[in-house]
Amino acid sequence: MRQSAKTTPIQNTVALARRLGILNILGPIIGLVLVAVLFSALRPHTFPTAANASQILLQSVVVAVAALGTTPIIIAAGIDISIGATIAVVSVAVALMLNAHWPPLLAAFGGVGVGAMCGLFNGGCVTLLGLNPFIVTLGTFLAFRGVADVLGDESEVYTHSNWLNGLMNPAKAFFLPWGVWIMLVLAGLLILVLRFTRFGRHIFAIGSNEQTARLCGIAVNRVKIWLYILGGAFSGIAGVLMFSNENGTGDPTTSKNTPLTAIAAAVIGGASLTGGQGSVIGTVIGAMFIMAIRNGCVQINLPHGYQNIVTGLIIIVAVLMDRLRNRGKS
Amino acid sequence: MTSTTIDSTSESAPLLRMVGIRKRFGATQALDGVNLYVNAGEVLALVGENGAGKSTLMKTLSGAHRPDEGEMFLQGRPYQPRDPMDARRQGVAMIYQELSLAPHLSVMENIVLGMEPRRGPLMAWRTIRQIARKAMEQLGRPDIPVDAPVGRLSIADRQLVEIGRATAVGCKVVVLDEPTSSLTSRDIEGLFTLICRLREQGHGIIYISHFLEEVKEIASRFTVLRDGKSVGGGTTAEVSTDDIISLMVGRQVEDLYPRSTHQPGEVILTIDNLAGKVKPASASLSLHRGEVLGIAGLVGAGRTELVRALFGLDPVRTGEVKLGIHTGHASPAHRWSQGMGMVSEDRKTEGLALGLSIADNLTLSRLRRFVSPSGLAMESRHWIDVMAVRCNGPTQIIGDLSGGNQQKVAIGRLLHHGVDVLLLDEPTRGIDVGSKAQIYKLIDELALDGKAVLLVSSYLPELMGVCDRVAVMCRGVLGPAHPVKEITEEQIMLEATGAGATP
Repeated sequence: MRQSAKTTPIQNTVALARRLGILNILGPIIGLVLVAVLFSALRPHTFPTAANASQILLQSVVVAVAALGTTPIIIAAGIDISIGATIAVVSVAVALMLNAHWPPLLAAFGGVGVGAMCGLFNGGCVTLLGLNPFIVTLGTFLAFRGVADVLGDESEVYTHSNWLNGLMNPAKAFFLPWGVWIMLVLAGLLILVLRFTRFGRHIFAIGSNEQTARLCGIAVNRVKIWLYILGGAFSGIAGVLMFSNENGTGDPTTSKNTPLTAIAAAVIGGASLTGGQGSVIGTVIGAMFIMAIRNGCVQINLPHGYQNIVTGLIIIVAVLMDRLRNRGKS
Repeated sequence: MTSTTIDSTSESAPLLRMVGIRKRFGATQALDGVNLYVNAGEVLALVGENGAGKSTLMKTLSGAHRPDEGEMFLQGRPYQPRDPMDARRQGVAMIYQELSLAPHLSVMENIVLGMEPRRGPLMAWRTIRQIARKAMEQLGRPDIPVDAPVGRLSIADRQLVEIGRATAVGCKVVVLDEPTSSLTSRDIEGLFTLICRLREQGHGIIYISHFLEEVKEIASRFTVLRDGKSVGGGTTAEVSTDDIISLMVGRQVEDLYPRSTHQPGEVILTIDNLAGKVKPASASLSLHRGEVLGIAGLVGAGRTELVRALFGLDPVRTGEVKLGIHTGHASPAHRWSQGMGMVSEDRKTEGLALGLSIADNLTLSRLRRFVSPSGLAMESRHWIDVMAVRCNGPTQIIGDLSGGNQQKVAIGRLLHHGVDVLLLDEPTRGIDVGSKAQIYKLIDELALDGKAVLLVSSYLPELMGVCDRVAVMCRGVLGPAHPVKEITEEQIMLEATGAGATP
């Protein structure tokens, strides 16, 4: 029980900020601003430009979409590390469907469906078999990658040019590239789902205290299965975008680091790995934060190895932030 | 009957002595001046109602809590354990109800756990084996295989290993907390033989139990704890079970309980021979509209399990449940929609999602497909007013509230849902008196309003003050419901400890 006799004005302010949910996304916003200031100072002519900002946004899209899909899972105290493998399966599947002369739109939706099926498999193992989500998705992290290899016959699948390739083109449609619009619309939808639907509130309840959720009559397993399906579908969309990003190539080896980057984006954005907390806007900012650092590192000619070192350390700092944020709770 | 206060008459210092121990948690004075002593070669029984402070006292003794005031002496020297490991090193060991062994490790590994003898950097396996064998021999059970993983032993043998762990490192004082609650009567005999053996070897034993017959059999002296104070004690041979009980419950009933005349209506809930996986073994009752039915019993008697099985949280083995027009067993979701709600005994780990807001917690069981946060906040505000929850508003995180205010929200959830049957499991545990009084008043009003309340409580005055009828559960079996005017606290205690005439 935390019952101090007096509260200082600072504590009151912090309590107010926490209630408004500002505190959870304040960190990533400050982080993003600091990164922008740092690289703007180092590369004043090339970093702080509209074109580069648009470029960073576009580079964030695939990770952000995958991270959006995994945010509700993390809020419900689950985890999915098979995202990258799902993306690979989807990217190969889309290429195969196109080569089988499916119309591009149908192939895109087919890809999302394949992603959802991957999610269904994860969710089924987690709920029906009662397995730990980390272990399940560690298994499918390998297995789905294997499926992608088998489907693609251990190599990249090339397709003829079609409009899907243009999704990740920097060319702008209504001020922003198509891919960025897709990400923003998905983020908007997810905000609505999490905030204004029963399903969304149940996700938070399960993550905050699964026993309470059960006591209150929530069908915990059904909600969880839908969560993993949703996450799979988002990975499917990320897979279609990845296919587009690689100029219409289905690549079984793509997105090796995406699961960890996506989880890091969600955690930087205020999601708690112990569940019950998370923010859609925070996740998008988290993804942009990571990508801004990558972009900046490239601009200052930092070798690739150092980029990985920096990104890796930031993930650790993000988890540390998660710990510090939740330290007050028992 | 003699007082437990220590004076200088005892010639040699007792093995262990606790003087004037006080401990406060927030608003509750858990220990309010406790004195006790144990001599070498003696079994002292520590008795008291649930919540009298026994476990807090033992946690103080074992170093898990620091006392605010008071002193402890071990073999005449001041004794101030830093933590349970330190207490064990100094010679005081606790054997808890839930055993603290590592089931995958072998008997001998468990016995030396945390104090492993080594040769250089390596485990001294030969020494370890010798220590374990010797410990088992001392306890009269050389047949226990020291190589076997503890998880393969019976509960009774695991307990023995746990005791062996204490004696192997030379602990002088052994505290047994409800050691028989999960044992069969044959195992209990074995345990008593073992306790006698320890006594003869010069150990001092503190034996905590609700079962007064056992206390009289095994202990030579007893000390009674009530409301955090040691209120008396004596030699077990000189007193009757009734004497001990009246010491345990003897306190004035405060004027907390508003008692209106309830008009019981039609039967709304009938349970016939309900049995869960382990507990309850058998429970039958019928609950009327406009009635408050209390369920008394000791911790572990199966009361919580009964409520959970009823609500669909735990599986049911056999038995019939009829709730209004619905028959049969159902999931919690169905129970809610059938008009039944439950308040969990464990507010923190089950009752509430502490990280979420008051509004979220209040409305969780009854959300429409689409929700508006501002709408939820508005609905919640109504219940915050009705329940007089002290908070900054519906969006405040519920973990920041006091226990009493948290509990009001947990009960408010049932009101918001509009249920007819309320299952309240220890609804006033660990909350302040003001909130308690409010909850009693609310229960009374609900009954007047034609709702049916099933109240599980370990606090007898509360049951006597609030309920129309009380049924007692003992070792998984629910007894008949008695009108509250026709039963006394002493009778309930007798039935609960299995000493009363079993129906």
